[in-house]
Amino acid sequence: MVTLYINGLKVSVEKGTTLLEAAQFLGFPIPTLCHMEGLSPYGACRLCVVEIGEGPRAKLVSSCTYPVEEGLKVRTASSRVIRARKMVLELLLASCPQSKIIQDLAAAHDIRKQRFRQEYEDCILCGLCVRMCEEQMMAKAIGFRGRGQNRSLGTPFDMNSDVCRQCGGCMYVCPACSLRCTYTEPEKAICGGCANLSPPCLEKEEFDDMMCYMQPCVACEIKKN
Amino acid sequence: MASEEISTIVEKVGSSKGGLISILEEIQAKYSYLPEDALRAVAEETGRSLVDIYGVATFYRAFSLKPRGKHLISVCLGTACHVRGGPAIAEEIERQLGIKGGETTSDNEFTLETVNCLGACALGPVVVADGHYFSKMKISMVKGILDKVRVGLDRVEIDTDQRVFPLEVSCARCNHSLLDARNVIDGHPSIRITVSFGNKHGWFCLSSLYGSYEVSSEYDIPTDTIVNVFCPHCHAELIGGAKCGECGAPMVPMIVRGGGVVQICSRRGCKGHLLDLGGAASE
Repeated sequence: MVTLYINGLKVSVEKGTTLLEAAQFLGFPIPTLCHMEGLSPYGACRLCVVEIGEGPRAKLVSSCTYPVEEGLKVRTASSRVIRARKMVLELLLASCPQSKIIQDLAAAHDIRKQRFRQEYEDCILCGLCVRMCEEQMMAKAIGFRGRGQNRSLGTPFDMNSDVCRQCGGCMYVCPACSLRCTYTEPEKAICGGCANLSPPCLEKEEFDDMMCYMQPCVACEIKKN
Repeated sequence: MASEEISTIVEKVGSSKGGLISILEEIQAKYSYLPEDALRAVAEETGRSLVDIYGVATFYRAFSLKPRGKHLISVCLGTACHVRGGPAIAEEIERQLGIKGGETTSDNEFTLETVNCLGACALGPVVVADGHYFSKMKISMVKGILDKVRVGLDRVEIDTDQRVFPLEVSCARCNHSLLDARNVIDGHPSIRITVSFGNKHGWFCLSSLYGSYEVSSEYDIPTDTIVNVFCPHCHAELIGGAKCGECGAPMVPMIVRGGGVVQICSRRGCKGHLLDLGGAASE
C-alpha cells in the first residue's frame, strides 16, 4: 500500500494505481477525454492534469499516466490546475467545436468565450479508437499516420482493412466522431459506420425532438438505397 | 515485386522489434521507395500489423511511399539554412526542374525534397544531391550542380578525389614491376600486363590509381569476357585461388610494393577487386 495526500486527505491505495484512479475512487472529479477503463493510459488529451509536489517544485502532470508515490501531495483542483485545464479545453474546443462531448466539458468548466480560431477538425488525436481497436477488439485495423501537423488517423493506404471486422468500436469511443461519416464512402469505410448504430432519425416518429447531427445524414443515405 | 526479395531482407535484418526501420531502409534502398506490396509482405514476414509498419513508414521523412526519381535532391530549410537563403535556393531548384518540393520530374530523373535540418548548420545553406553535400550554396551554383547530378556524381574525379591513390604493383613470381612509364593513364604510369582471350594475345594497360577504372588495350575486349593474364616479363600466368566476390570469375593477384596484394577480377567490365595491404597500411 502507498500512502499519499490528495487535496490534503491522507489515503492509502494499492501500489501501481494511477493518480486518476485514486482520485476518482475517492470521489474527486477529474475530467478526461482520452482515458477509458480497460484501455491502457495514453496521456494525450491533458485534461486530467493535476498538481503534485509543494512550493516552487510543484508541477503539473497528467494523472492518468502518473503512478502513486509514497507521501506525494496531489491537488486536483488548485487554481493552477483549473487554469491549465481551461486552456486545454479551449484549445480542444477550437480544434473540434462541433463535438458534443467537448462542448459539454467546456460548458461544465465555465468556458463562455472562444478565443482561438476554430479549425473544425474531426479528430483530436486522442488515440482512443486506436487503443480500442488494438486492445479490446484485437484487430489493429486503424492507427496513426504521419507526424506533426500531418498526423492523422485511419487505415493503411486509406483502404478497407482486411483485419477490420466493422465492429464500430472506434466510433463508439470517439469523442469527436471523426470516423462516422466514412460510411457514405464504402470503399474507404473503416467500420460499419452508423449502420451498426441506430441513428436517431430512423426512429423519428418515436422521438420527435431528436435530430441527426451528421452531414450527410447517414440514416437518410441508408434509406435512399 | 518479388516477396522472396522481402523475405531475404527480413531474414538478413532479423524480425526483432527494432529491426523494422532497417528492413524499410533496405527496401527503400532497393526500390527507391516503399511499394505498398512490399509493406504488406513485410507485415506478413515479420508478423507485425500493417498499421504499425505504415505508421513508421509515414512518420519518418526518410521514407517515401511514392516512387522517387533517379536522383534525390534535398534542400535544407532548417533555421540556419533558412536565414542564410535556403528558400531562395529551393525556389531556384524548383524553377529549374519545374517541380515543387516533394515532387518528381515527369522523366523520373529528379526528386526534390525539403528537409528541416541536416545538422550542418555552419555550412548552410546546404543541399544534398545523391548523398553528396554541397555547402554555402548560392543560386548561381544550382545549375552546375544539377548538370553534375545528371551526369552522375559517383564518377571518380581523378584530380580532386582523395579516395584514389596510385599503387605500385609487381609480378608475384619474378617480382618485376608491372608499371609502364611510357603509357600514362590518369597522369600516372599504367599497369601493363599481357592478356589472352579467344585466340587473341596482347598488351593491356590499366590505371594504377586505385579507384579508377580507366584502361587501354591492344585489342578491344568484349564485356563479360574472362581473360587470362600474364606477366610481360616472366610470362607466368597471374592467377591465384580467389574468386571474384561480385561475379565468381578468377581473380588476378598482383603484389603491392611496400607489402600487400591487390586482386582484380578477370572478367572485363566487372569492377570486382580486393585490396589487402596487410601490415603495410598501418606503417
